[in-house]
Amino acid sequence: MKHKSFFWFVLPSALAMLLFIFFPIISVIVQSFHVDHEQVIQTVETCDLFGCKESTTIDQEATAALREAKPLGQFAGFATYLDRNHLAVDEVKSTWGSSNGWREFGSQMLNLPFYKAIGFTLTFTFIVTPLVIILGFVIAIAVNSATKALRGPLIFFSLLPMMITPLVGALILFWMVDARGIIGTTLQYLAGDPDLSVKASTPLMWIMLMVYGVWHAAPFAFIVYYAGLQTVSQDTLEAARVDGANRWLQIRHVVIPHLLPLTTFIALMQLMDNFRVFEPIVSFAANAHATSLSWSIYNDLGGETRQLSSAAATSVLTIIGVAILLSPVLVRTWRDFDRK
Amino acid sequence: MSNKVKRQPAAVTFLVVAVLAIWMMLAAFPFLWTLWGSFKVEGDFFSKADWANAIKGTLTQVETGGSFTGDGYHGAWVQEEFWRAALNSLIVCVFVVSISLTLGTLGGYALARSTYRYAFWFLLAALIFRAMPPITLVSGYLPVFFQWNLWGHTATTIVVLVAINQPFTLWMLHSFFKNIPAELDESAMVDGCTRFQAFRNVIIPVMWPGVITTGLFSFLLAYNDFAVTAMLLSKENQTMIPKINSFLGTTQTKGNVMFAVASVVSVTAPLFLMVLFFQRQIVGGLTAGAVKG
Amino acid sequence: MFLKHAALASAMALMTGTALADCQISGNVSIVGNEFPAIHTVANGAAECTGGEVKSNLTADHQKINVAGMQGNPAEYSSAIIANSSVVALMNEDVIRSLDDLVAEYGQDIPKKQLITIGGKVMAVAFMANAQTLAYRKDVLEEIGVDVPKTYEEVLEAAEKIRAAGLSEYPVGGAYKAGWNLAEEFVNMYTGFGGEFFKAGSAEVAINNEQGVAALNMMKALTEYMNPDYLTHDSNATGAEMEAGNVMMMNMWGSRMGNLMDEEGAEEQVYSNITVGAPLTVGGGSIPASTLWWDGWTVAKNISDEDAAATFQAMAHGTSPAILNDETMSQAVWMIEGYTPAPVNDGVFAAISMGTKSYPMLPYQGLLHTALGDNLADFLLGKESAEQALADAEAAYTAAAKEKGFLK
Repeated sequence: MKHKSFFWFVLPSALAMLLFIFFPIISVIVQSFHVDHEQVIQTVETCDLFGCKESTTIDQEATAALREAKPLGQFAGFATYLDRNHLAVDEVKSTWGSSNGWREFGSQMLNLPFYKAIGFTLTFTFIVTPLVIILGFVIAIAVNSATKALRGPLIFFSLLPMMITPLVGALILFWMVDARGIIGTTLQYLAGDPDLSVKASTPLMWIMLMVYGVWHAAPFAFIVYYAGLQTVSQDTLEAARVDGANRWLQIRHVVIPHLLPLTTFIALMQLMDNFRVFEPIVSFAANAHATSLSWSIYNDLGGETRQLSSAAATSVLTIIGVAILLSPVLVRTWRDFDRK
Repeated sequence: MSNKVKRQPAAVTFLVVAVLAIWMMLAAFPFLWTLWGSFKVEGDFFSKADWANAIKGTLTQVETGGSFTGDGYHGAWVQEEFWRAALNSLIVCVFVVSISLTLGTLGGYALARSTYRYAFWFLLAALIFRAMPPITLVSGYLPVFFQWNLWGHTATTIVVLVAINQPFTLWMLHSFFKNIPAELDESAMVDGCTRFQAFRNVIIPVMWPGVITTGLFSFLLAYNDFAVTAMLLSKENQTMIPKINSFLGTTQTKGNVMFAVASVVSVTAPLFLMVLFFQRQIVGGLTAGAVKG
Repeated sequence: MFLKHAALASAMALMTGTALADCQISGNVSIVGNEFPAIHTVANGAAECTGGEVKSNLTADHQKINVAGMQGNPAEYSSAIIANSSVVALMNEDVIRSLDDLVAEYGQDIPKKQLITIGGKVMAVAFMANAQTLAYRKDVLEEIGVDVPKTYEEVLEAAEKIRAAGLSEYPVGGAYKAGWNLAEEFVNMYTGFGGEFFKAGSAEVAINNEQGVAALNMMKALTEYMNPDYLTHDSNATGAEMEAGNVMMMNMWGSRMGNLMDEEGAEEQVYSNITVGAPLTVGGGSIPASTLWWDGWTVAKNISDEDAAATFQAMAHGTSPAILNDETMSQAVWMIEGYTPAPVNDGVFAAISMGTKSYPMLPYQGLLHTALGDNLADFLLGKESAEQALADAEAAYTAAAKEKGFLK
């Protein structure tokens, strides 16, 4: 394709991404290198409905000129990236020096917000992604073996976990797994422990978040695989059958290789989405037990005082994390591309 | 493939039925439970005393006099005028899907046909763009949108959703177009068509299935979005998901959860029809697009 | 939601009935605020004014958009309805104006105590109050033969008796959901122990002390009597536990008492016995372990003088005695003349009369609140000591305060 026609074809799409993703990313990066101006605090008397008391406030006049000159705030370099709420370089160093053994070092690292978040995020990503792929594949094979008339409703019900808004879906599931909800009671019965509560225990909460993650994303893998299955060459399958391959061997040697390219696509999207896990943590009120990078951003932006630079730094770290995570898959894609 | 079912051994059939039965229960049970519960009062559906109340409707009997109540639906649709939000959602979805697909097919087609390396880098950049958490993007938009008086309009939200969705759309459509033989449009160009004419006359007629599949994912994104719509839309342009959120209450005030439950259940029906309607195309579409990934 | 409906209906009635209450403005008004019935009433009251456009955007996400919406020039919103915790964010960003001149010109009727003054300047006008106080089951306390608890220590004793009597396994409730709610409970308890959050006149945090540890230990002691899932329970969930008859005593927002005592969501035995008490004290102190909250309105800085005057007049009208009628009366503890409290509001008035402190209006309090919400759960889960949890919260706060320019 000629350069010129390529340019005109991708222009609208490129423009949209440039304006609404690229420029914001640049501004976020710039923001992450700045912190607010030094605030001049003054002591004043504050009176409200319930009486007066000594209090403090920001002296706006004192900082007005500074703000006017440098609206971005003061340049801080990597200070925000390195502080305790992010990479916590100093704390890690001193922990490294003072702790005896890996176990203690590990537990102290998990007390730092960034490492606590990354710990859960990575566990979630590496457990949920393969399970989604496997489950999606199994369901696709099963639905594909069903009678044609049944497949429509089967597809619809299979898509439900992805279609119901997590806002309410998670709310109802959250209630169902409560110690007195239907799933929670069943679990207690199965475990033989009447005091079992998923929401009160950190390991169970992690498991629940991951089960939800798999449940919510399996339909995506399912529908992609299901469609892929439609193009498996019947001739090859027939040939395999004639050679005496049983059902499992057919799947192993014909179907799986055929679906491999699709797996790349699913893995790419799932790795990224799982690395950005956020909604289930909020919906399941799991933040006492598990946090993620995206949750930290949400927490920074949702407080009484918004911490823009902190959120910006975490966002940039998220992008870097995604890039590292996807690099093996991308290198593969690049080789494929280069070969052509 | 149904004839194959007959041929397979009983053990395999049993396995298939078992997998499907378990999966259907996992996938559909929470929804069916919700559907049933949406006709109960909150005290039953979220019963702290006994989960079986959600089935029996003990408090529903006491409070409304019957085993079932349509209060949630009445409250959401009539009292809270949920239909306005539904209408807004419809507008947003229709525009997001059609614009996404227009931009995406043009871009995806070019990316699939270009043999230069920049096409790969373009795709790569799109993927990295997708890594940006939407909440950070939105908080970056706010000051600019307020300053330029763009905030609150449906159009702004549509454009933002289209842009955020572009990386996914491009990747998916790009793999679809790769699967349409290049000879098709090239022979058209040999016959004297321009690139765009070849795209319009030769490619467009065969691309519908793939486009519809991608469109479904765009639709779901616009339909279920909360991060963007909650922050960028004014009250009168509010879509369904922020509206549902407003039913849930805040720290200092109690909401009405049953309105939210009823709303969610009632907007699933059109989705059901949609999936049934597009079922063939979902399958047909990805069939062609997905083979080479 | 019935209440909200009532609010709309009554506002409609007001519009037709007393529409000609003298509110003439010559400018445009745009309100942003939280979404609950009382705020709807205020917005609808403001909308009665004629002569200019009055629109409002009431949403639970108001705090995420109000600063950005007032930073533009001209500002999208001419007024933000806020609470004492959130007015700080607007003052920090310098987006609201002093109301001194407007009060002098148009606000003669506003009682002095409603004016929120900071350093002698009126920055906001309050119209309603809220506080967390005790809610308890009258019948249950009678059954075990104890008086209504006045202190948290008495709550613990009563809880032990209720549990021993087999009336409820988890008789104590509290909105201890990790995050904002948990931090709020700590703020309450720490205040009850007489703690100060910062070194006087500076942004240096000072919570890792005797009072801080005592507050955390008391919270931990209470959680022994709470549903084990307490770290996921917000006020919705805690309220539901009480309505279900599981929780017998809890610290709850005054604004939610009405819902607890109405007929919806509970059995007659339960709702008819839920009673509102005074806020609790702790550790022998006389200041309640609670904080007072107010909601009020502000006027944006970046708007024309006409719009500012119009906004002030409209908001003053929206919070004037004219908005009070049979339906709106029960929506909040109005701090408006002509308001007659109902029994559900006893708690908030008791809180005021007992000298409860108001939630600190400090520029950096919000940062500390976030830091507390993120770090205290580890102690309650038994993962670390109280001192360690407080030290973590202090360290998280300090890093955030440096980023916001409050500390070097």
